[in-house]
Amino acid sequence: MTETLTGAQAIIRSLELLGIDTVFGLPGGAILPTYDPLMDSKKIRHILVRHEQGAGHAAEGYAAASGKLGVCIATSGPGATNLVTAIADAQMDSVPLLAITGQVNSYAIGTDAFQEADIVGITMPITKHSFLVTKASDIPAVMYSAYQIATTGRPGPVLVDVAKDAQNAKFEFSWPPEQDLTPGYKPVNDPHGKQIQAAAEMILQSKKPILYVGGGVIRAGANKELLELANLIKAPVTTTLMARGAFPDSHPQHLGMPGMHGTVPAVTGLQKADLLITLGARFDDRVTGDVKTFAKGAKVIHADIDPAEIGKIRHADVPIVGDAKIVISLLTEELRKQIKGSSYDISEWWKYLDGLKERYPLGYTDLDDGKIAPQYVIERIGQISGPDAIYAAGVGQHQMWSAQFIKYENPNTWLNSGGAGTMGYSVPAAMGAKVAMPEKLVWAIDGDGCFQMTNQELATCTINQIPIKVAIINNSSLGMVRQWQTLFYNSRYSNTDLHTGTDSVMVPDFVKLAEAYGCLAIRVEKEEDVDKAIKLAIETNDRPVVIDFIVGKDAMVWPMVPAGVSNDAVQYARDAAPIWDGEE
Amino acid sequence: MSQHVLSLLVEDKPGILTRVAALFARRGFNIESLAVGTTEVDGVSRITAVVTLDGQPLEQVTKQLNKLVNVLKIVELEPDASVARDHMLVKVKTDAATRSQVLEAVTLFRARVVDVVSDAVVIEVTGDSAKCQAFIKVLEPFGIKELVQSGAIAISRGSKSMSEKILK
Ligand SMILES: Cc1ncc(C[n+]2csc(CCOP(=O)(O)OP(=O)(O)O)c2C)c(N)n1
Ligand SMILES: [Mg+2]
Repeated sequence: MTETLTGAQAIIRSLELLGIDTVFGLPGGAILPTYDPLMDSKKIRHILVRHEQGAGHAAEGYAAASGKLGVCIATSGPGATNLVTAIADAQMDSVPLLAITGQVNSYAIGTDAFQEADIVGITMPITKHSFLVTKASDIPAVMYSAYQIATTGRPGPVLVDVAKDAQNAKFEFSWPPEQDLTPGYKPVNDPHGKQIQAAAEMILQSKKPILYVGGGVIRAGANKELLELANLIKAPVTTTLMARGAFPDSHPQHLGMPGMHGTVPAVTGLQKADLLITLGARFDDRVTGDVKTFAKGAKVIHADIDPAEIGKIRHADVPIVGDAKIVISLLTEELRKQIKGSSYDISEWWKYLDGLKERYPLGYTDLDDGKIAPQYVIERIGQISGPDAIYAAGVGQHQMWSAQFIKYENPNTWLNSGGAGTMGYSVPAAMGAKVAMPEKLVWAIDGDGCFQMTNQELATCTINQIPIKVAIINNSSLGMVRQWQTLFYNSRYSNTDLHTGTDSVMVPDFVKLAEAYGCLAIRVEKEEDVDKAIKLAIETNDRPVVIDFIVGKDAMVWPMVPAGVSNDAVQYARDAAPIWDGEE
Repeated sequence: MSQHVLSLLVEDKPGILTRVAALFARRGFNIESLAVGTTEVDGVSRITAVVTLDGQPLEQVTKQLNKLVNVLKIVELEPDASVARDHMLVKVKTDAATRSQVLEAVTLFRARVVDVVSDAVVIEVTGDSAKCQAFIKVLEPFGIKELVQSGAIAISRGSKSMSEKILK
């Protein structure tokens, strides 16, 4: 059955038929035709943001919290370029994102028309795919394909750029579209049986295996499968920054996060292992440190849905291409068969790891600077809010402390910008997450620097009744950069002072700013007030809440492996390398 | 350093050449040449890319290219099992004294003269890249005024067709 629609109506109808219930955006000339039928949609809630970057990160937060596709809309030119950071972010962290942009009339493309930007060209290196639509009749097939590409295989951002005249033209709409726009797109979900068998054999022969779990396990929704596998083989587990929540922090086999700011047991566990069981992880340089000396004695099983990740950084002895959920459940099944008659025994390995866990737990010391320790604030937020809450961090020290000191038990509860490290992610991502999961408690744990990049979305939150809680970990500085200056630039603090602390001019005053945006605003300067403020924030749901936690600026993130250095050189605290008792 | 000839079947969509070329650039893969044209199948183009790799495995290149949604198929054409040809047009200085020597070289290389004026000739030659390079060496002493070369195009030997499996 067909129906005569305009291209603009077809965009909205396609979104509805694809099950989209929420879009984040901001209109302008070239996308105006689409905003008209959007106003009449009963199925789609449009949330008007204050900056298109906020729309992009909100769509990312929506997607990361719910596992569904996030959608954002912008006009041509500057509207579209304002989405670029969020699109790049989604590409790095494999977030299913659909970005719809208006484009100038098709006949004006290439003439430097008003608000023309080649957004398809600009985003080519940072999208999974993109479409430029100049004919209304192509819209249903493009929308359908964009959805498929963004949400299947390794998820990622897809851009659909629609010329204004294509939005205005009428055509016969039918659904589902018959045109196959992507004959070359064939993600592989099912792994080779032979590889699964080989992986199982390799695991049972290992003496020091470790599960190196990445964000792919979260995107695949494979956390239950992972738990079963881990319980069967009793191997230690590390979850990367992108995988926090993929495996319960309370589980005794969990060594914590690996990498530059990973726990000593996780970093060392990877270094000393004889087998890495790599699941949906990609040997990022923040995990491996110097690649040549990373886990030198280990064989590698590498399972990923993206074949190009396998062998990109580290040779895989057993490469497995497939969806993590399917791969892990088949592997567990195969291991159950093989484990019976095997001599698999990793008790020596655990003796060593348990020693590390005991000697090098995560911790922090108070600095006696009269300020609250930032780690304490974050730890209390986690303890009081619990593992059912959602936490979206900015980028910097507060992000690392949030990854370390909040205990995650469930997937999709830890949202952050891992691959791109995008300051400004937190507030809009928390907003998107709260829209996707309105019944959940959603925290934005932000830095005083990051917060100043995207806090205008507090207006969006207030107006649209999206009661997020924002905790500003206010160390009055670009803390993570300052930490590097302390450690590597002789404490020469070039341009990292933000003047937002109580002992400075306090520009801006975050409490006044938050109040201006209609939020409940609280300033906390003393440790004894921390809990009270957190509880008040949790109880307040008629508006967003912003807590300005005044913390010391000298706290540092530990442990740490300096960039580009071997993970063997992990430091537990400043100038404090762990002591190895010659246990190799 | 190793050189490889890759043949790509791609959808004939706007921007496809940019997507392929940009991928080479941003991943740090070196391309020696890139040639693109239509094929026996409607809507399908074929790109021949000659890549030089310094350390990276070829597999990384083909896997990254395969992630481009508009790429349908990639094969490496091994020198033994394929034919690769470059096409070249050269404008060479000639005068009464040198013309016959130039024409002799043309015959020797099975090239063709496609334009003649009093002080120059335009020569067309087809061959693998070694032959083209050798021909340039021979012509250099006469004075090469202008030179234009296509990238290599290549095809497998035997009766199999690259488009067979993907397009029913
Ligand atoms: C958009 C952007 N610009 C610059 C950086 C570099 N950078 C990384 S962390 C950081 C400091 C962030 O400061 P703040 O938000 O106060 O967090 P803190 O480290 O103090 O917790 C900076 C500038 C970045 N990651 N992103
Ligand atoms: Mg700060």
